[in-house]
Amino acid sequence: MVLEAKTNFLRQFEVVDRAWPVPTLAPYRQQGRARFAALAFPTPRTEDWRFTNVAPLLETPFELPVDSASTVRLPLPPVADAGAVRLVFVNGAFDRERSEVDTSTGLVVESLATAGVERLAQLDQVADSSSQVFTALNTSLLCDGAVVRIPDGAAITPVIEVVWLSHASVRNVTTQPRLLVVAGAHSRATIVERFWGTTTEPATYFTNAVAEIAVGEHAVIDHYKVQQEAAAAYHVANTQVVVGRGANFTTHAVLLGGRLVRNEVRVRFAGEHAEATVNGLYVGAGKQHIDNHTVIDHAVPHCASHELYKGILTDQAHGVFNGKIFVRQDAQKTDAKQTNQTLLLSDDGATINTKPQLEIFADDVKCTHGATVGQLDADQLFYLQSRGLAAAQARRLLTFAFANDIVHRIHVPAVREELEALLVHRNLGS
Amino acid sequence: MSTATDTIEQFTSQEYKWGFVTDIESETVPRGLNEEIIRLISAKKREPDWLLQWRLKAYRHWLTMEEPRWWPNLTYAKIDYNDIIYYAAPKAQKKPKSLDEVDPELRRTFEKLGISLEEQKRLTGVAVDAVFDSVSVVTTFKEKLAELGIIFCSFSEAVQEHPDLVRKYLGSVVPYNDNFFAALNSAVFSDGSFVYIPKGVRCPMELSTYFRINARETGQFERTLIICEEGGYVSYLEGCTAPMRDENQLHAAVVELVAIGDHAQIKYSTVQNWYPGDKDGKGGIYNFVTKRGACRGRASKISWTQVETGSAITWKYPSCILQGDDSVGEFYSVALTNHYQQADTGTKMIHVGKNTRSTIVSKGISAGHGQNTYRGLVKVLKGAAYARNYSQCDSLLLGDKCGAHTFPYIEVKNTTATVEHEASTSKIGEDQIFYCNQRGLSKEDAVNMIVNGFCKDVFRELPMEFAVEAQKLLGVSLEGSVG
Repeated sequence: MVLEAKTNFLRQFEVVDRAWPVPTLAPYRQQGRARFAALAFPTPRTEDWRFTNVAPLLETPFELPVDSASTVRLPLPPVADAGAVRLVFVNGAFDRERSEVDTSTGLVVESLATAGVERLAQLDQVADSSSQVFTALNTSLLCDGAVVRIPDGAAITPVIEVVWLSHASVRNVTTQPRLLVVAGAHSRATIVERFWGTTTEPATYFTNAVAEIAVGEHAVIDHYKVQQEAAAAYHVANTQVVVGRGANFTTHAVLLGGRLVRNEVRVRFAGEHAEATVNGLYVGAGKQHIDNHTVIDHAVPHCASHELYKGILTDQAHGVFNGKIFVRQDAQKTDAKQTNQTLLLSDDGATINTKPQLEIFADDVKCTHGATVGQLDADQLFYLQSRGLAAAQARRLLTFAFANDIVHRIHVPAVREELEALLVHRNLGS
Repeated sequence: MSTATDTIEQFTSQEYKWGFVTDIESETVPRGLNEEIIRLISAKKREPDWLLQWRLKAYRHWLTMEEPRWWPNLTYAKIDYNDIIYYAAPKAQKKPKSLDEVDPELRRTFEKLGISLEEQKRLTGVAVDAVFDSVSVVTTFKEKLAELGIIFCSFSEAVQEHPDLVRKYLGSVVPYNDNFFAALNSAVFSDGSFVYIPKGVRCPMELSTYFRINARETGQFERTLIICEEGGYVSYLEGCTAPMRDENQLHAAVVELVAIGDHAQIKYSTVQNWYPGDKDGKGGIYNFVTKRGACRGRASKISWTQVETGSAITWKYPSCILQGDDSVGEFYSVALTNHYQQADTGTKMIHVGKNTRSTIVSKGISAGHGQNTYRGLVKVLKGAAYARNYSQCDSLLLGDKCGAHTFPYIEVKNTTATVEHEASTSKIGEDQIFYCNQRGLSKEDAVNMIVNGFCKDVFRELPMEFAVEAQKLLGVSLEGSVG
């Protein structure tokens, strides 16, 4: 089965070379393929994938969406910000018509397929395609993506929004979204990534996204990912970040859609006195499977990381949280904090597998992690009911408050308000 | 002040004071492992055929298994299982009937270890079963316990005298094919302790076993089985030491606890002080142990307390399977690694029954080049409504070459369960030491005091005499790690 999946993807290599013969990307594809060939797809025995079985994904034959971009006009999600710089990709291909690119601030945003060789210098440097099979697959099939370059010292006020739309109508399709962000020293920017899609039964699609973010010295980068894939979709993503000296990087992952979701966030500190905040919210219902995998690598001293992941699971949804924190031997004065909280709200089979993991090789550090799994507080429910709220209302309010702990940290008002409305209407917990 | 200085000097001069070798002739089987050796061990112990068959079944299964090598922070040289002597017994003419008949050399050894059998008998009322290399040497207080219907004897004796009980429960908690080391133990286990607490009996004294590896190039594979019937209670203590040797020795034990009836309670305490190797990491015991308890009865309870200061490598996860409704599992642990010691320890709490509760308190201390890993699992199965778990694991780092790691797995399949896990890692602050110095305490004393305070939650769970010993041990094991 796994072998078949590999052969199926190998077949797509020819397709991509034929349909998107981009000379600048060819060497990257070749390198990705060599690595892909050497790596195996995870099995339930692979420790990092213990709780997520990718068999259903591997059993489905996916094809590259060669012609669908032009034929389907998919609706767009609401704009993150009135003045946003917006890049829209439909089934992996850049949709120039619907994108808003304003470069007056010196900001460079462009499509990967048309970017010059010098702009691609950092491609596949941050993301680890040598050990991550899905990242290697993404590189093997590179055809388009977004390149964002923030010049040194530039403070970009408009939100940079990258929208990845997917649609499967007849055949099962796969897209390989790729984002490369290079933030110069002392720069400042906010990036919103949105994943959005539709399917016509029985077709489905598989998004295999990779985002590489290089945060320069003293830069402040705020990254958001809102994942609202179609209910039948598969979503595997690796967001990999290198944080330079004195920089501040924040990322929020809000995972709402998809049937099988694996979201990886890997942050490595490359310079001292840097700070990273890695937060996430996952809301699963029905038979959704949402796996959060984070790795924070304190490779240098004097860095701080804060991590808060919250999950709400109803019906038979299955949630996974695996948060690794490495503190290397030289990384003295590290301050790392990790929290995972999950609400289990159904009595017919919602499951959570939590595995926080601290590996500490330095002694002068402050590291804590905490994990809780539980239900709504009975006292709080009682209190709200005593104030005249119906039981269902009280549950909704408390569940919303639980989720809002993450949502209210989102600094882009339009995205925050949209999510608030969405979570209220999703009728959580009733 | 002079006393304080003395103590420090004592500490620094004290290395591993249990490292002596007792010059006793011992009877061993030939080196190596094959079916013949297993038949030989079984024959020496005059075992019934079913037990031999069970051993052989385990051995054949063991041959198909691969030695687990995947722990990220454990490294050790490959073990040659054919270069181990699987059975060593002090050569004795006949089984001693009373303490007076025990080889005086052997008794002196135990006296050196601080478990004077006679004294224990007279003063503390602790019944001791002493296992020297592979065989149980003497069991004190047996008659007194027998009056209550309590069986406390060596495993070999139990096989002869209570075969039904042994046959019924052997391997019922840790099956012969459970893991690599448990399979190995099932094939070659030599002796151990057996305890049976009948219905409604509260064992009036602490039962205790003292394990010692004496002979060179031998492994110790003991097997302990404790069965507690409805309403029974037993508190069991286990202590271990070994002589200092350059080569590594293997210790692969299996402990099975069965709390069968309603309200049955078993408390199991360990102070493990196997030889940890010298300060360069040479020698020491590989301590690969499988310990597991099953709470089968309603509101039954199993409590594990362990103080792990010895061994070059410790690999053990005392676990509780909480099958009975309202049953309780507890795990309290202090694990200390100094020099080049490595510990990978923790627990598994499997919640099966309704309203089951578990508590995990784990304290890891790393010094020198020590690597200390907590690896635990809290699993709440679908039927375990209102299961409750609280876990806390704290690590203390002394020195910048050591490591502390935590790998807690939490798997919840029941939505009414509440699981909490907290972990922290810290070092002894310079300001804390400064404060103690300023109050007239030396640096060593200050560290000792802070470490003992850090472990207090666990020491509190130990029976009195063990708690005192554990505190002393910690002081000795940490010596040389400050500064």
